Amino acid sequence: MDNLELKKQANNVRKGIVTSTHAAKAGHPGGSLSAADVFTFLYFEEMNIDPKNPEKEDRDRFVLSKGHTAPGLYAALAYRGFFPVEDLTTLRKLGSYLQGHPNMHIPGVDMASGSLGQGISAAAGMALGGKLGKEKFRVYTLLGDGELEEGQVWEAAMFAGFRKLDNLCVIVDNNGLQIDGPIDEVCSPYPIDKKFEAFNFHVINVDAHDFDALRSAFREARETKGMPTCIVMHSLKGKGVSFMEGSVDWHGKAPNDEEYAVAMADLAKIDEELEKEGR
Amino acid sequence: MADVKKIATRESYGNALKELAEEFPDLVVLDADLAAATKTGIFKKAYPDRHIDCGIAESNMMGVAAGLSLTGKIPFVSSFAMFAAGRAFEQVRNSIGYPHLNVKIGATHAGISVGEDGASHQCNEDIALMRTIPGMVVMCPSDDVEAKAAVRAALEYQGPVYIRFGRAACTVINDRPDYKFEIGKGTVVREGKDVTIVATGIGVDAALGAAEMLKADGVDAEVINICTIKPLDEDLIVASAKKTGKVVTVEEHSVIGGLGSAVCDCLCAKQPTPVKKLGMQDVFGESGSAAALIHKYGLDAEGVYNSVKEFLA
Repeated sequence: MDNLELKKQANNVRKGIVTSTHAAKAGHPGGSLSAADVFTFLYFEEMNIDPKNPEKEDRDRFVLSKGHTAPGLYAALAYRGFFPVEDLTTLRKLGSYLQGHPNMHIPGVDMASGSLGQGISAAAGMALGGKLGKEKFRVYTLLGDGELEEGQVWEAAMFAGFRKLDNLCVIVDNNGLQIDGPIDEVCSPYPIDKKFEAFNFHVINVDAHDFDALRSAFREARETKGMPTCIVMHSLKGKGVSFMEGSVDWHGKAPNDEEYAVAMADLAKIDEELEKEGR
Repeated sequence: MADVKKIATRESYGNALKELAEEFPDLVVLDADLAAATKTGIFKKAYPDRHIDCGIAESNMMGVAAGLSLTGKIPFVSSFAMFAAGRAFEQVRNSIGYPHLNVKIGATHAGISVGEDGASHQCNEDIALMRTIPGMVVMCPSDDVEAKAAVRAALEYQGPVYIRFGRAACTVINDRPDYKFEIGKGTVVREGKDVTIVATGIGVDAALGAAEMLKADGVDAEVINICTIKPLDEDLIVASAKKTGKVVTVEEHSVIGGLGSAVCDCLCAKQPTPVKKLGMQDVFGESGSAAALIHKYGLDAEGVYNSVKEFLA
């Protein structure tokens, strides 16, 4: 898929995030938007998956360790065809399969998550399982930068580095903000890249919103042998929605009707620009 | 039997893993730097490629087990009960219980029979913690025969299972040709009509000893062995309570949330009966030999006998 098409899909994913959290009157749009491009890249380009057969055995696996950004994952899965896009507006509602955090009943979800620090361990276990079974699939997991404050992340990193799980790709969404404020004012996990290097990871720093950069980073990860890769993705929280960008307030708050209209107008403008780019 | 055969259930666990390895090729065993103590080392020696030492990092180990199960492996995860059920509770709940994964937890060194290590390592809360997780099977075998049977049953069962093993050698009591094991089924190991003693783990042997002592006093005690605390064999307990009208529970665990609580939950709803719960009475343990501790806290045959007498008085 070319970059223009990826950008269009990413903008759809962003619209899905805004629409679903608005309908739910709850949820986490900020960190979903910062990761919208990587969700798009993984599901539309990078991973070996089949929306018609979500559990096919040789599929690549994805674990959303930062499970609160489920709206981003769900939107990517919906636009990729795992379930109807219309269902996104049932997010977080009683009776919906689109639970507040990912669970096992959602087509395309490989692991329940939401309690921070745990997804990376499950991803490491999947990667080890792949190695033991001499299987070809790769395992991807997305972590928040605030999540790195959880000790379990480093237990898992030590394990994956030691076990040389080169079929594992850890992605850190470094948007710099957590609930209580900037991560370097709460309990700084910096330097993130040097920490993962010290845990025997191959580390790549990348612009989270540049598809060429993502493309080459994931290629490099695939080609890296003998150690897992960590892609530290420098992102903008709330990316794409003017009033959410770089704002800590939009970590876990849904847009009201008025804000929803502004957000959708922002994204419509991006669509227009992408249309022009395509001509 | 002239010689009383004794073996610690952790030893039975290690032996069972090794014995079942060929039959269950997907079985892998995880440990957190305690393979020598949990006895998964027995498996490790025979199948080094299928033993994964995760280091001293129990939280990660639970997640790794979850991930392995999602690739078709059947992981048996081991540590001391304190760390498997205690430290990693939330990982077990959220990464294994909630997604209902096919992970088996073999937790050794449960209860005060840990002995000399003292209260920090004597987990009297694991049954309570594990019982609260929806879909979790909780077992506590009473001897070598039952421990091995429980390991096999766990491997044959699809879904999360917690099995509690002990450190101290305990008497083999189920070595008989007609012994059968089924998850969720209790056993009447001694029939009686005056009082029911429901016991789990090493409490079963103590209950049998107490029943013999009670017999001399003209008290005919029924003894029920409950290996599977969840799901509980409610029919068996209700039927016995109906017959005897008095129930005593015995466990090497806190009386809060363990077997005693499970029995009370059941009887309150189905057959209201006076119950006396023997176990750790909302206190921490301490250092000492296993036998001395079991005696001090009234969980040996003599202690159970005294408590039953007092209860019936």
